[in-house]
Amino acid sequence: MHLMHQFLQQIFSGLAAGSIYASLALALVMIYRATDLVNFAQGEMAMFSTYIAWTLVNAGLPFWLAFFITLVVSFLGGMIIERVLIRPVENAPVLAAVVVTIGLLLIFNSVAGWIYSYTVQDFPSPFPDRPVFGALMTTRDLGVIGFTLVMLVLLFAFFRYTPIGLAMRAAAQNPASARLCGIRVGRMLAIGWGLAAMIGATAGVMVAPVLFLDPNMMGGVLIYAFAGALLGGITSPIGAVVGGLIVGITENLVGTYLIASQLKLTVAFALIILVLVFRPNGLFGTAIVRRV
Amino acid sequence: MAPILELRSLRAFYGQSEVVHGIDVTVEEGGMTVLLGANGAGKTTTLRALCGMVRRDGEILFAGEALHRRSTEEIASLGVGHVPEGRGTFVGLTVEENLRLGGYTKPGRAPEAIERMYGYFPILAQRRRQQAGALSGGEQQMLAIARALMMAPRLLVLDEPSFGLAPRVVESIFSIVERIRRDKHVSVLLVEQNASLALELADHAYLIETGYVVASGSAKSLADDPQIRRSYLGY
Repeated sequence: MHLMHQFLQQIFSGLAAGSIYASLALALVMIYRATDLVNFAQGEMAMFSTYIAWTLVNAGLPFWLAFFITLVVSFLGGMIIERVLIRPVENAPVLAAVVVTIGLLLIFNSVAGWIYSYTVQDFPSPFPDRPVFGALMTTRDLGVIGFTLVMLVLLFAFFRYTPIGLAMRAAAQNPASARLCGIRVGRMLAIGWGLAAMIGATAGVMVAPVLFLDPNMMGGVLIYAFAGALLGGITSPIGAVVGGLIVGITENLVGTYLIASQLKLTVAFALIILVLVFRPNGLFGTAIVRRV
Repeated sequence: MAPILELRSLRAFYGQSEVVHGIDVTVEEGGMTVLLGANGAGKTTTLRALCGMVRRDGEILFAGEALHRRSTEEIASLGVGHVPEGRGTFVGLTVEENLRLGGYTKPGRAPEAIERMYGYFPILAQRRRQQAGALSGGEQQMLAIARALMMAPRLLVLDEPSFGLAPRVVESIFSIVERIRRDKHVSVLLVEQNASLALELADHAYLIETGYVVASGSAKSLADDPQIRRSYLGY
């Protein structure tokens, strides 16, 4: 009985961590689908957003107001990054774009260190930390999972039911045809980057109370998110969510039962390699037919 | 009748190489003009140049607007409905989503326009929830044309609508295009390999070879030209 209880506890706390990986994985997938580009800076952008939230909270703003402002700033920041840094390399060889996102990773990391120092900071949790359901999980885990779910549902509704969401999907799938429909593809890509930055910001804010805030906070999270995105199939938004959750649970169970928790990150790497070797398209991904 | 579209000394490029060398083409208001020519003559490139999809030079006048500096998106919103080579449907989206995208620039009128398209192409109504990629070639072509018509264009640009389709399907597609042209006074610029069919429907024709217009005139006069008959009509 006690063992079962512990097992379920690990599952639920894995789900909480997994929903954060799922968010970041979704941000990666959105950008990958729109621009065929893996944004290595997604984690550092999220970290920077989290510092913005931290600054606002320290300035005395109520948590949710600070969070809302952070989302808006992140959205605009994501759009600006696309306009200023990504668009010039849009038609360049893919390696050029990869170098830009890696450069962005380093820049965000250094600038955060320079402004906020590398000292680890406490970050407030919006959810109280009490055990619920016979101590199977905490209210914080519940809050993180619930919050992420709501965000995901809103996001899927946005893409499915709004004209602009539909236009974004069209622009990602077939930019030439989208232009012939009068859709400004460039603007859709910018909005995509904005949304991805916003989703990343929620991941950062949700994870910061657990990991504590410092400029390197998102490094590990990004790798778990990558593993999740690849597992789900880097082209599938649903896959990213499912993959992120699976990675969260696996990480927790393996860390508890099989190996030392210091080795948990290795699990993510092993997963990435296994997926790439045995199922390169992931669980939900489709084979990519390149435009020539 | 006044022309709705005039291309004047239009040149078009792929990268550094010029593939269309200064051609003049006119489409009359309410008329249908066809561009004929062998593969690689520059017909598709001419259509792409018209819509700003390749680098171009020269003058493009559409309904009193100069298009040669405008982007593809702007040209679409000004009323040029382009059905590109290979149809350009959004294969991962449903039929209805494809149509909604066609109406993107005119969102208020989209719902009734979609119903009108289902009237023209009843098969699309049956397939409205299916992914466009699951449609047959003919159905995809219908969807592509319907999507372009959703924009309520003044000029419909069709790039080889008959490509890869059975003759009966081609006939039904063209009869619908004819009907829409009459009902809606849409002008048509057509690129077509099936020269005999095209010359039957169009009122003006241009023969393009290696990026130059080598013959032009009424469709009837081109159909009667013995050399064109031999090279393109096969009799």
